[in-house]
Amino acid sequence: MKKDIILAGVGGQGILSIATIIGYAVVESGLYLKQAEVHGMSQRGGDVQSNLRFSDKPIHSDLIPNGEADIIISVEPMEALRYLPFLSEKGWVITNTKPFINIDDYPTEEELKAELDKLPNKIALNADEVAKEAGNVRAMNMVMLGATSPFLGLPVEKLEEGIKTVFGRKGQAVVDLNLKAFNIGRKFAEENK
Amino acid sequence: MEKLLLLGDEAFAQGALDAGLSGAFGYPGTPSTEIIEHIQKSDLAKERHIHCEWSANEKTSMEEGLGMSYAGKRTIVTMKHVGLNVAADPYMNSALTGANGGIIVAVGDDPSMHSSQNEQDSRFYAKFAMLPAMEPSDQQEAYDIPKYAFKLSEKYKLPVLFRIPTRLCHSRSGVTRTEVLPENELSLPKDPNQFMLLPAIARKRYQHLLEIQKDLEKESEESPFNKYIDGKNKSLGIISCGISYNYLMENYQESKCEYPILKISQYPIPRKLIEKMADECDEILVLEEGMPIVEEMLKGYLGRGLVVKGRLDGTLPRAGELNANLVAKALQLTFKDGKNIPEIVAPRPPALCVGCPHRDTYLAINEVLKPFGQGHVFGDIGCYTLGFQPPFNSINTCIDMGASITLAVGAATAGLFPAFGVIGDSTFGHSGMTGLADAVDKKSNVVIFILDNSTTAMTGMQDNVLLGKLEQVCMGIGVEKEHIRVITPLKNKHDENVKIIEEEMNYNGVSVIIPRRECIHLFAKKKAMKK
Ligand SMILES: Cc1ncc(C[n+]2csc(CCOP(=O)(O)OP(=O)(O)O)c2C)c(N)n1
Ligand code: SF4
Repeated sequence: MKKDIILAGVGGQGILSIATIIGYAVVESGLYLKQAEVHGMSQRGGDVQSNLRFSDKPIHSDLIPNGEADIIISVEPMEALRYLPFLSEKGWVITNTKPFINIDDYPTEEELKAELDKLPNKIALNADEVAKEAGNVRAMNMVMLGATSPFLGLPVEKLEEGIKTVFGRKGQAVVDLNLKAFNIGRKFAEENK
Repeated sequence: MEKLLLLGDEAFAQGALDAGLSGAFGYPGTPSTEIIEHIQKSDLAKERHIHCEWSANEKTSMEEGLGMSYAGKRTIVTMKHVGLNVAADPYMNSALTGANGGIIVAVGDDPSMHSSQNEQDSRFYAKFAMLPAMEPSDQQEAYDIPKYAFKLSEKYKLPVLFRIPTRLCHSRSGVTRTEVLPENELSLPKDPNQFMLLPAIARKRYQHLLEIQKDLEKESEESPFNKYIDGKNKSLGIISCGISYNYLMENYQESKCEYPILKISQYPIPRKLIEKMADECDEILVLEEGMPIVEEMLKGYLGRGLVVKGRLDGTLPRAGELNANLVAKALQLTFKDGKNIPEIVAPRPPALCVGCPHRDTYLAINEVLKPFGQGHVFGDIGCYTLGFQPPFNSINTCIDMGASITLAVGAATAGLFPAFGVIGDSTFGHSGMTGLADAVDKKSNVVIFILDNSTTAMTGMQDNVLLGKLEQVCMGIGVEKEHIRVITPLKNKHDENVKIIEEEMNYNGVSVIIPRRECIHLFAKKKAMKK
């Protein structure tokens, strides 16, 4: 059992909480983990990514080699495409379709859709909208985690436990909101995979 | 044994704490910042009252660390690679004074320049100073090294350099914790002359340093962090330093590597193990993160001896960080190519946050300088360096911390008018004050902006030593009180700010303008903490 995952987004969108929760479930399942993050300069509205690898055997490289990623999780559609060189042939792209536009030469909606349509294995959903309906747009990243959960091969309870641990200190209401967002995302992926 | 999930930086910090650390000294800098931040959050550190406040810069950190070592306690000094340039004077001389309590100088190197001005390799400094150095290949070694390195440091009474690259600093993995050692007792150096580098003493100390080089080599040969792994196929031997060992192993998950491998994590390089490889293998491939330092040593200037492959002959790229694919290519192994990035994907460079005080400062400066055209603003390092980018295009230089003021002084001396320097509050505390003293002494016609956002924002909100003291310090340095102007960088103050900048520009002498408004993230953080 080995999974290589690339998490992608724009600085400030909260990809690291997704990584933390998967990391929690991985460690609780007794598996090996390596998770490389980007700190520093690129946090200010620039593109950010995190490489997350887990396996039942020791892991060597902190970085995922080309063409080896099983999953790209992106909280922003253009950022999903940036990491395609790392995706394996059978890999899945799980992406939020809501663009984050802070540059002038951002592609058009049609261009983006055309590229995403080319991907054979993908789950694409407007996670911002889903999160808003669930109660707060800030739970967007938990919608994305939920949508990824069927592909992770990790027990759902462990992921839910991770959500409780990460958001616990913000109170029960925040935990419930994030669990709700997670489950909606999960259901969407189950129905569309 | 307890298992922890830690970044490479945190693993080193935890390892140092568990090895009986008494104090950490450092100045923030990506990728090293999380070392001290981990200690600041640690319960063990609180319990033991371990010093872990930020210092003014890397030189002061290094000297403070050396002072703690002088007093017999174990200490670490942390910085990013370019910080070692700032600390180079005490670091180089510490090779002669040596240490008393164990001291590790931990330096975060940034190959590929993810967040830096260059990609210099700190191992050169260790070689230059003739001091031992260690570099971990993974998080567990980052945790294990401090205990070993403190002992080594105390055995030879020398500082040990710990070098760790960005990828390892910022990658998390499981680490097994070992026993927690007590701190050292306070004790003075046995030899009262040890730290007195007068020429007569320094010559003796240098002779001593030269004499123990062979012992340090022997330590490397016998180190548990260096190992020789046999392989059947002797057509090639692989020397793999630090993190490159992971990239090598990534390519041999299913099968064992057929070539002999020498894994190096401790320097000076282990001579006997290298001799063994040179004797039994036809060619040597050197994998090292950063610059080709081991490769160059083995190859020699004329390259007429051993056949050595690596970054110098194009087997690996000359610049930038390594990865598993580059190593596979060097070994002619097959690897997957992956798809291309679609053409529509646009670069998304970092930018000043919406609402950032620096934005309003730059808009005001731009308006004042409109009649003069480009080329009048000397920048520095921090979030505000992003003012180089559109839509601001406000600054023209970024070299090293503190260089804004001094470049402005130099250019003004050459006759450039106006000459503006733009420097952050933390950077001013790091190395701006001496430059400002020069400006005052030379009566330079410059306007220096000290951007006071109340924090060291670029590296993630650390305190800085001059917080709340900027005006006093500038006055103390000799800037005239009426030419120290505080402005509020806000849209609705724009016209007022432009006027003040114009006034100071037209004053023939040193003016300091302090645009003062909190970084919006600090503001948000404080608000959240109040709740
Ligand atoms: C010698 C050296 N040490 C550390 C750094 C890392 N570094 C870059 S900018 C910076 C501080 C920036 O703080 P400040 O000047 O207050 O500007 P701000 O980011 O808050 O706008 C640091 C520590 C560096 N580039 N060089
Ligand atoms: S982090 Fe703070 S100082 Fe840096 S760009 Fe954002 S608002 Fe400005």
